[in-house]
Amino acid sequence: MCLAIPAKIVEIDGENAVAEINGVRRACNLSFLEDVSVDDFVLLHAGFAIQKWSEEDVREYNEIVTGMMAADGEPDED
Amino acid sequence: MTADRGDKGEVVLMGHGGGGSMTDSIISGLILRELGNPILEKLDDAACLTVLESELVMTTDSFVIDPLFYPGGDIGSLAVCGTVNDLAMQGARPRYLSLALIMEEGLPLADVETIIRSVGDCARRADVIIVTGDTKVVETPGGARRAGMFINTAGLGVRDPGVDVSVSNARPGDVVIVTGTIGDHGTAIMNVREDLQLESSLLSDAAPLSGMVMALLDRVPCVHCMRDPTRGGLAAALCDIAGKSDCCVKIRERLLPVKNEVNGACSILGLDILNVANEGKAVIVCAAGDEKAVLDSLRGDELGRDACVIGSVSDAPAGMVLMETRAGGERIVDVPAGIDLPRIC
Amino acid sequence: MKIDSCIDEIRSLAAEMGRQVRLMEVCGTHTVSAFRSGLRSMLPDEVSLIAGPGCPVCVTPNGYLDRAIAISRQPNTLIMTFGDMLRVPGSESSLEKERASGANIRIVYSPMDAVAAARAEPRTRVVFLGVGFETTMPTIAWTLRKAREDGLDNYSVLCAHKTIPEAMAALLAGGEARIDGFMCPGHVSVIIGAAAYRPLCEEYRIPCVVAGFEASDMAITIRMLLAQLVAERADVEVQYKRSVTDEGNAAARAACAEVFEKCATEWRGVGLIPDSGMRIREDFAAHDASRVFSDVEVPEAVEHPGCICGEVLRGVRTPPDCPLFGKGCTPAHPVGACMVSSEGSCAAYHKFAQREGK
Repeated sequence: MCLAIPAKIVEIDGENAVAEINGVRRACNLSFLEDVSVDDFVLLHAGFAIQKWSEEDVREYNEIVTGMMAADGEPDED
Repeated sequence: MTADRGDKGEVVLMGHGGGGSMTDSIISGLILRELGNPILEKLDDAACLTVLESELVMTTDSFVIDPLFYPGGDIGSLAVCGTVNDLAMQGARPRYLSLALIMEEGLPLADVETIIRSVGDCARRADVIIVTGDTKVVETPGGARRAGMFINTAGLGVRDPGVDVSVSNARPGDVVIVTGTIGDHGTAIMNVREDLQLESSLLSDAAPLSGMVMALLDRVPCVHCMRDPTRGGLAAALCDIAGKSDCCVKIRERLLPVKNEVNGACSILGLDILNVANEGKAVIVCAAGDEKAVLDSLRGDELGRDACVIGSVSDAPAGMVLMETRAGGERIVDVPAGIDLPRIC
Repeated sequence: MKIDSCIDEIRSLAAEMGRQVRLMEVCGTHTVSAFRSGLRSMLPDEVSLIAGPGCPVCVTPNGYLDRAIAISRQPNTLIMTFGDMLRVPGSESSLEKERASGANIRIVYSPMDAVAAARAEPRTRVVFLGVGFETTMPTIAWTLRKAREDGLDNYSVLCAHKTIPEAMAALLAGGEARIDGFMCPGHVSVIIGAAAYRPLCEEYRIPCVVAGFEASDMAITIRMLLAQLVAERADVEVQYKRSVTDEGNAAARAACAEVFEKCATEWRGVGLIPDSGMRIREDFAAHDASRVFSDVEVPEAVEHPGCICGEVLRGVRTPPDCPLFGKGCTPAHPVGACMVSSEGSCAAYHKFAQREGK
């Protein structure tokens, strides 16, 4: 019941913001988080940011998603 | 330039389908202007065509896409590409198209003009001509948000005898290739149609593939099969091949070419990229050993720059499509029941 | 941890258990991920992943869809919904079918868009279908607050929100399905916090691990659950540390508390579970579609005979046990909700069954 993905915040205007994932941008809402800044990563569900991710979290996620490609040496579109 | 017929010239009216001077204003004023050629200009009830090559290939298609205009194209260019590609997938060189328009009353004539212009541009690019056509007007249904248009086409192409690229020709050991990135068209359309408000440079990939395919068949005449992954996406095309060839198609997820942004959009919306429609791509199955020549040929064309191997054919389990996932597991790829919709769950 | 070595550990732990282990993945998103990532194919036979009731599509009773459809047939209404609900069959029709017949129904990615629509079309009555669990509830709560703040009298929500821990407890209290451990919903837990599972973990002595959604997240979770079982422990652990804390998101919960209150609600196929649902508070009555449209007649809901969605959702029966499975009920023509979700229990089984030649 919970499709949520990590996104980078690229613009903020009060509780409204713009999130970006792989070059796709979408208006989103930050009311449920505090102290979000531009370039922070958040977890986005149905247009709302529900959790902040640290750089370590993002690193772990990227490793999980792309690390499995390492064996084949196939380039990933990232 | 709009029809010079009175002050109601801005939108399509029932009268435009009446067969009289209002209809003529669309035909002479717009269609002949944009699509004119010696055969069409005769405006006979039927077109007389001379075909010297021995095998005729014919297809028909209807286009009901909503919205009519979307990033990367419109219903007009889609109608030409879709028809041309159906012929190309059979190894035929497309030559002649028919074009029947069913327009809903209230559709702005300026839109009709843009669409016909797209038809013309795409036809020139695909080196085909529109030889016959029809226009009708119907009432816009009561709840509709906007007036629309449907297009029906028939396409005629010619083929050298001995060319056989039917989807039932795949054999164990064959290599499966896709001519470029997948998921472009469907995600671009869905974003606009459902007003999901994703901002991106997502573009439909609709394009006429005949040039690339003819060049390929010239170089590798013994390609086994071709299929374009339109409705139902790559999943439907591969299932068709596996089913009709009674073989197993096995692909590897990590080999699938996907644009970054398309990946992003599918992640946000929860779409399975395998099920998303493509309108400018083809699946090519060739014998092992031929793949280098196939890839060289495809990559020499602008539309095949990202062509790559995505899998192979084996004998069992027959009729099924399997995918080795990024995680190293395996899943079945099935024909989607309908169009995938965005999900929160 | 690389997934291959994790799978190896799962195999040896499962062997150590020496019996069938049944782990319930509560959340529909886990079901989809487990299928799409190929994880299911990597697990040893002794480990079964059972799909639970965490699929809002699957547990919404026919009556709710029937009411939404009845409202969509009223003049001047616009139904806005997540895409998940569009194909769910009601007693006689579905939102998709109604849309094809001309009803004003639109899908959205975010409930924010429904508020924008209400603002843009003040004379249209915009009704948002509030379906989903604790992850989604705060987003709808936000829309209700916004509607009240901005005086959007034409905006209302038809609420069918449900909460997860009560459903998990009800499944255990029912005692029918043998569940050895829970793969807890990762994103629900972002909101409610991992501590929310402690009461049921302690009462029923059942291992609970909060899981992320990538294949390796789920593989690690399964390893952690097996490790607990082998050691005869029963704890709440968090695998999905990137996103889940013990406390959860207080601001999101506060928004929900302001707008919603607990009530008993019917879970399709499970029955009435006390305190497991949400209804809109009296304060926000003006934006409660069930009140705004209380005069709309809704025919009595009819559940299809033969449909055993409920037992499948409870983990008691498997899809092939259902008399309709693959016969009257297929992904192209679903009868029950279990078949609708594209890789929900039944749809996923449908594909595997083909493989095994059943």
